[in-house]
Amino acid sequence: MPSLLRTAIIWAWLGILLPGCSTTLYSWGHYEERIYASYVSPGTTSLEAQAAELERDYEKARAERKRMPPGFHAQLGYLYVQLGKLDQARRELEAEKAEFPESAVFVDRVLASLKKL
Amino acid sequence: MNARAPVALTACALALLLLAGCAKPYDYTNFRQHRPRSILVMPPQNESQTVNAAWSYQSTVTRPLAERGYYVFPVAVVDRLMKEDGVSPNKAAEILGADAILYVTLEQYGTKQQVLNAATLVKLRGQLVDARSGVLLWERRFAIQHNSNLGSGGILGDSTDAAHNLAGSANVRFFGDRDLGLLYGPYHPRYGKDE
Repeated sequence: MPSLLRTAIIWAWLGILLPGCSTTLYSWGHYEERIYASYVSPGTTSLEAQAAELERDYEKARAERKRMPPGFHAQLGYLYVQLGKLDQARRELEAEKAEFPESAVFVDRVLASLKKL
Repeated sequence: MNARAPVALTACALALLLLAGCAKPYDYTNFRQHRPRSILVMPPQNESQTVNAAWSYQSTVTRPLAERGYYVFPVAVVDRLMKEDGVSPNKAAEILGADAILYVTLEQYGTKQQVLNAATLVKLRGQLVDARSGVLLWERRFAIQHNSNLGSGGILGDSTDAAHNLAGSANVRFFGDRDLGLLYGPYHPRYGKDE
């Protein structure tokens, strides 16, 4: 009986400790791979395909109720700027600012430059 | 003899405790005074022989910093904007509204092939500086090595790829080691609890 109790206590502890160990704050999707590729092999994946890939990452994260990391929406927004899709670009940049107010100065600067286009 | 065993064990345990205590914690006085929320990562200085080291590293640095609780400016976008507008790094932090700037120097970043094994080494140093005052908040030098046996089909591919894969885990420790890494940032549940 005491050994059963001990086992129960150990399991209870594991239940408390383990979830705390493995959780991440964000859902990263293909964000890092996209950055790496944009430096090392630019042009191998079309801008449309890159944007579509990040949009899928976002869909998946929303389904899992996870947040996208800092910079994700800005990166996607910048892809839309390059594609000339300015409405989508603005939407993504506003999302970055709403998620992370630390980006406000940066995002406003990019939004202002879009008005000149 | 048997009576001495506990004494010996206690002595060993004490010695271990003392040794562990030898890794002197970083002095976080400046860090605590400024408590940055956002970090602008400068393109790393590459002192290694690996051509793509800076790009490779730059794509692995966001995750550990963000998971540590900081807002990290999107490295690829910022690099493009800085190139297009011709803005200097220090001016960039001001224009983007960054609280802190991270400077990283890659000392070694690649794989050395030896007779029977391959040693992949990532050796780096970094400084986190307060963007407004220029005060040094944190600095650290760090090295991590991964050995693989060529006979067992270890790393035979690109040396950059091996270093790239190692850089991810290097960063987790570089920024995350207790008493030596960065304090938790505002998006981390333990922000402010790591005195």
